[in-house]
Amino acid sequence: MNLVLVDDIIARYRWEKAAIIAILQDIQREFNYLPQEALTYAASRLAIPLTQVYSLATFYRAFSLKPRGKHLITVCLGTACHVRGAVRILEKLERELGIKAGETTDDMRVSLETVNCLGACALGPIVVIDGQYHGQMTSVKTDSILKKLRKL
Amino acid sequence: MSKIKSTEDFEKLQESVNKTRDPERLCITVCSGTGCHAYGCEKVTQAFVEEIRNRDLQDKVDIRTTGCHGFCERGPIVVIHPQEVFYQRVKVEDVADVVSETILKKNIVDRLLYVDPNTGKQIICEKDVPFYKKQRRIIFGNNALIDPTSIDDYIALGGYAALSKVLWEMKPLEVIDVIKKSGLRGRGGGGFPTGRKWEFCRNAEGDRRYVICNADEGDPGAYMDRSLLEGNPHSVLEGMIIGAYAIGSHQGFIYVRNEYPLAVKNVTIAIQQAREYGLLDRDIIGSGFDFEIKITRGGGAFVCGESTALMASLEGKLGEPRAKYVHTVEKGLWDNPTNLNNVETWANVPVIINKGWQWYSDIGTEHSKGTKIFSLVGKINNTGLIEVPMGISLREIIFDIGGGIPEGKKFKAVQTGGPSGGCIPESLLDLLVDFEKLTETGSMMGSGGMIVMDEDTCMVDVAKYFLNFLKEESCGKCVPCREGIRAMLEILTRITEGEGEEGDVELLQELSEVVAETSLCALGGTAPNPVLTTIKYFRDEYEAHIKEKRCPAGVCPALIQYSIDTERCTGCGACVKVCPQEAISGQRKQPHSLDQAKCIKCGACLEVCKFEAVIKR
Ligand SMILES: Cc1cc2nc3c(=O)[nH]c(=O)nc-3n(C[C@H](O)[C@H](O)[C@H](O)COP(=O)(O)O)c2cc1C
Ligand code: FES
Repeated sequence: MNLVLVDDIIARYRWEKAAIIAILQDIQREFNYLPQEALTYAASRLAIPLTQVYSLATFYRAFSLKPRGKHLITVCLGTACHVRGAVRILEKLERELGIKAGETTDDMRVSLETVNCLGACALGPIVVIDGQYHGQMTSVKTDSILKKLRKL
Repeated sequence: MSKIKSTEDFEKLQESVNKTRDPERLCITVCSGTGCHAYGCEKVTQAFVEEIRNRDLQDKVDIRTTGCHGFCERGPIVVIHPQEVFYQRVKVEDVADVVSETILKKNIVDRLLYVDPNTGKQIICEKDVPFYKKQRRIIFGNNALIDPTSIDDYIALGGYAALSKVLWEMKPLEVIDVIKKSGLRGRGGGGFPTGRKWEFCRNAEGDRRYVICNADEGDPGAYMDRSLLEGNPHSVLEGMIIGAYAIGSHQGFIYVRNEYPLAVKNVTIAIQQAREYGLLDRDIIGSGFDFEIKITRGGGAFVCGESTALMASLEGKLGEPRAKYVHTVEKGLWDNPTNLNNVETWANVPVIINKGWQWYSDIGTEHSKGTKIFSLVGKINNTGLIEVPMGISLREIIFDIGGGIPEGKKFKAVQTGGPSGGCIPESLLDLLVDFEKLTETGSMMGSGGMIVMDEDTCMVDVAKYFLNFLKEESCGKCVPCREGIRAMLEILTRITEGEGEEGDVELLQELSEVVAETSLCALGGTAPNPVLTTIKYFRDEYEAHIKEKRCPAGVCPALIQYSIDTERCTGCGACVKVCPQEAISGQRKQPHSLDQAKCIKCGACLEVCKFEAVIKR
């Protein structure tokens, strides 16, 4: 693992302990998750107890301690999407992919996550695939999206 | 650009910006709010750029990508100035016609106009669309006119004039006085009087003072703060600088929700531009006042929207709230006096300074002044962001602005206040919306989410939805919130699964009381609201679930059954193809049947059937 990257990130925040959350966010952006080695290293460089770093990494939803898949599917479960049937879309995706929300397929191809409101409630229910919004989702549309995703 | 060192410099800048603006000049504005983005507005903008270039019209026509116009239902939205021709659902294929007809010949492209569903009439101008008619867009309106990445656009509309006036003509206490007299109350949920908060913070003991903008916007279904930050970031910055001057602070923070990268980007650009102009950092407008602003991204925890948790998070700690026997205006960030306000609250400040407190306090009701931005979403025809004067009725919002419920369904409830709020029934539709009136119903103003629900929404399911949300988001520090919400959720889950028992409703009420009374912060303190209001107004639905094992709205899977109407079924086989369980069978062109034992109630058959032959009960 290239820990120099971690050093660069910490230096960007001038070794400030208070910036630990931003530092973790940047580490996650670099590695796509929070690798144990990077956390241990960051904790020692900043002289913060490792337990504290882990408590932050497990408290905030934005962090993942496990590697995430190549593709990211996010289902909006905001209230507006909920009343338009978002749960059924999520359940369908869980069934088809064989994983639960928050998990990644064994072949590391797809991670499934949920979010609370994307600010595009007019299009609800919404599913985002690798940053692309798919609005007014139905079970049939979910099938066709998954089909496309399998070909990628 | 050299820095602005005085009011004269600022006036010169205004003049030079205004000189480049010709109100008669043709300008195509394309909405790039989040909703329109999702509809693909970027491609439409790109198509306009190319079309204008191909026709060599760059010298005659401007193209501006603006913040959210609010009418998200109809995106992508394009408005042609100066005539204000309003085009909706514009696609790349429409671009050539808009340019050749409207731009070159001043003709209207009829097919892109909005048609009033009530009168069947086409509407040409944005302001004549019923969705906008009853709105009063004093905070949000400029979003539609400016490019959020251009400080000059903001200045051309009078931006930073309030700041210049405050720094050069007003003493800090005068500013506080104006805000107090205006009656402005916090838009983040609690509705605390803003001027008083500023005064407390200014008077608190300490060497350093901080001001914070709360942009964590956790209410699922609300996105007005995001739209303001993305669409008009300078208005928030200007409000913060004015507040900092009044309070005597030199350091500000904007805490932005993790899921809002575009807001972070646009605010970062705005801060940079304000710095270059001398409107931030050292010696602002030559007045000697210093103030800098940093942006921090949240970690995706709802509880971090709470003031003490937010401050803990800013310090790099766990976002856990603390008991507030010492207020944050006295001991907040790093134990220094700290003033926290919501995005929309800050955006109100420059408007009040510019127009005067009298003007502002003429809008609204006795104790709730000004306007409020709501996100009108859910089962409503015109989904979008609306800004209305306080004191407008729910009926006007939902039926006049929102255009009523889609597909001729019946209105059931409107949910306000997010997870801390409640569901308001039809009998209260004539309620005049303000802080007090909403609280009286058992709900609250909250940050401004307004989720409309129709006859197909199950109120027990809605209560369960919010408790599930809160269970996930409870930080776990105090027992009543952590364990109480979980216990309530268990009961609700049982009820929705047909395992409800006599006495469950009373038990829920009892638990609610304990959780509300004894939780450490307002997350737990308000968590019972969705349950209590649904019990209060929709008790019959609870009873139906518990006593008759029936979900009247047809939502709770354990209490519904799908079957096939043999009279209507044509045997087309569409449902067979989509059923994940192979639960449907039958001969081609013959009525099919559904095996209850295999059915998982995913609803796919109902969705695809063109003959209304799938029955849900
Ligand atoms: C659990 C919880 C979540 C909150 N989330 C937000 C939020 O996302 N945005 C916000 O402005 N206020 C939120 N608040 C309210 C803040 O604590 C605070 O009252 C508000 O930001 C103060 O600003 P104002 O006076 O301008 O309204 C939340 C409160 C609680 C208890
Ligand atoms: S609730 Fe899904 S986008 Fe708002």
